[in-house]
Amino acid sequence: MSDDESGGEYGQSADDQRAVVMGIDFRNDGLMLLTLLLGIYIIYLLAGLVIGFPFRGLMNQIGQLTFWIAVFAMASLALNLHWGYTGLFNIGIVGFMATGVYVTGILSKPVFGSGTSAAEVGGFGLPLWIGIIGGMVAAGLLGLLAALPALRLRADYLAIVTIALSEIVRFSLLSDTLSGHNIAGYRVGLGGGDGVILDYPDPLESLIRALSAPFDLVFGEQGWLWNEVYLGVVVDFVGNYIPNNPKPVVDNFAYAAVLLLILGGFYVLIQRMGNSPFGRVLKAIREDEDVTNALGKNTNMFKIKSFVVGCALMGLVGILWFGTQGSVTPNTFRPRITFYIWIALIIGGAGSNSGSVMGGAVFAAFLFQGPRYFKNVIETALGNPEAPSSFGQAMLPISNGDVVPFLLYTLDSIRQLQLFMMGVVLIVLMHRRPDGMLGHRKEPASSIPLTRPIKRSGGGDTVATDGGETDE
Amino acid sequence: MSSEPETSGTTSGVDDAEDRTLTTLSGAGDTAEVPLKVSGLEKHFGGITAVDGVGFEIDKGSMTGLIGPNGAGKSTTFNCITGTHKPDAGRVEFNGQDITGLEPYQIADRGLVRTFQIARELGEMTVLENMMVAPKHQRGEALWRSVLPFARNSVNQQEQEILERAWETLEFFDIDHLANEYAENLSGGQRKLLELARALLTDPQMLLLDEPFAGVNPSLEERLLEHIHELRDQGYTFLIVEHDMDLIMKNCEKVIVMHQGRILTEGTPEDVRNNEDVIEAYLGGEV
Repeated sequence: MSDDESGGEYGQSADDQRAVVMGIDFRNDGLMLLTLLLGIYIIYLLAGLVIGFPFRGLMNQIGQLTFWIAVFAMASLALNLHWGYTGLFNIGIVGFMATGVYVTGILSKPVFGSGTSAAEVGGFGLPLWIGIIGGMVAAGLLGLLAALPALRLRADYLAIVTIALSEIVRFSLLSDTLSGHNIAGYRVGLGGGDGVILDYPDPLESLIRALSAPFDLVFGEQGWLWNEVYLGVVVDFVGNYIPNNPKPVVDNFAYAAVLLLILGGFYVLIQRMGNSPFGRVLKAIREDEDVTNALGKNTNMFKIKSFVVGCALMGLVGILWFGTQGSVTPNTFRPRITFYIWIALIIGGAGSNSGSVMGGAVFAAFLFQGPRYFKNVIETALGNPEAPSSFGQAMLPISNGDVVPFLLYTLDSIRQLQLFMMGVVLIVLMHRRPDGMLGHRKEPASSIPLTRPIKRSGGGDTVATDGGETDE
Repeated sequence: MSSEPETSGTTSGVDDAEDRTLTTLSGAGDTAEVPLKVSGLEKHFGGITAVDGVGFEIDKGSMTGLIGPNGAGKSTTFNCITGTHKPDAGRVEFNGQDITGLEPYQIADRGLVRTFQIARELGEMTVLENMMVAPKHQRGEALWRSVLPFARNSVNQQEQEILERAWETLEFFDIDHLANEYAENLSGGQRKLLELARALLTDPQMLLLDEPFAGVNPSLEERLLEHIHELRDQGYTFLIVEHDMDLIMKNCEKVIVMHQGRILTEGTPEDVRNNEDVIEAYLGGEV
């Protein structure tokens, strides 16, 4: 290998080296994820097609599925930064999500009394992107508030503080006292138990219109990308297959696609944070904080940074998750959501970013969305039969050898059974695969491949592991 | 291409690699003659006085042993010096600076680095990662430099240097074949070596070793001692807490004996060995 050749191939060979040294081929992670996603979609499509699910419903389900995969993968990545890297036991995720979406709502809602909105309270009417940044900052600041006293304590105490904080957030949102006030001439508030109507412009439309700016100049039409391309071409095209009001279906898909892109950004960000000296110190703190401190690292500072960044990202996930649902109410943000995300992370394996994404996908597809989809599919196949309304009515016919009412009852209760299934999966995983579904995964915390450097003075008895020749 | 031309020039052959390692490691040059000065140190736990007015000085480039029976307050003294405990009274000076009551990371940052009684490896990190955590003030420890694209190059450059130093140090301690092993899979002795190697990468001036030979088999103990002597010759200062009296007597030029939170005596191994108080403290008065 000549000198310039090796220089030119640096990126490629660096990948190879990392693969060899760390015992795992990193290029395969992407492949594994793609296979997993492909598998999930094929199962969904096949199940839908075989049973004869209506096309519109099927497409809606697929769009939904993508949305859930993206949301859970992002949340799981953010949690991985806390727990997987730094060992911070955050069980108040939902509180940071709620903070994110509420602050975004208040910042970006139209001003009270303007327009036709029926909202009880108004907002500050700021552009949506400022609202989103504001929401993330607020979630980060809340994280800082929790971190300053709690991070000095041991892991379990942080857990107590965070879950309490998330409930404090929920109860504050429910509070009548904070439901509406005049601040600097704006009538704003948290809306109390009724929640907040998110009547800011549609995020997807806003995004496409913003992206349209350069095209608008060229074609001289306001929102060209939205009007001509999105509505004119894409929605129109789908209209050939879904004649009746295709736009919501396309919107679902487009929004899910945007989320996948943001998920990509999440992944790159957390991967870079992890595979760096910064991430190395985080890992060291996870393993033994006292040792890390004795090595001259200001561990509290590192913990605070990691916690605040993770919380801000959780805020963003909250915005992306709940921000398009038209309105939010406080009781959506129960601790249950926090534990969904924990399950996703545990499935994927804490400490691994690609694992986190896969865990999010598996959780979304098989534990979260799966049972509901399964119920829909079966019910459609059976022609929407009437299920017994009580357990007694379901059990009684069994004595006559008729199990159908019982099965229908079970199917009808699938939402309740879902939690039960998650519990079972969690117990089995903790028993069989405590390191996650993929087993233990080595991800080295460094920004460069950790191969042995080539000996510079010929006297060394060691041979470089990558088999590269020295230049002498 | 080579970063240490002068070393490769002066030595030759087999010793080459090792010599270069040593120069790379050496960060021990300083002016103060008495790097560590402890005076009137006190520490109470509830009603118990664990350390009761301890004071001593450690000469530069020396190897000093701190011995005493169980419960003599050796480890507490150690913890008070390195910031793990905050002393209730007294003063700790390092290189002329008052470091009493500073945080452990601040003390380590000044060049006074400790190891732990029970080797505390960072288990689910590879040996190499363990090593690479240690160097101080890495550029990439700043979050923004690790994340932003244009700043990442300078991080990578420094990572390469750190990586090379880590490998060289591992070679020096003969544990380079374990570089990609998880630290938790190492044997007790190998962990002690790793801990010492890791401490060296922080560029310390003085090393405080808390029972470095506990649980180490004799042949590895020999090796560990050799390394410590070699490093001492390089100019590093050592303070070693140890149970094994013989080991300290053979290897240290100065011995401090603690008993019931106080300093019983200090001096050369010869003096200490013949000191009646020491014999009494160790053997409970029956000679």
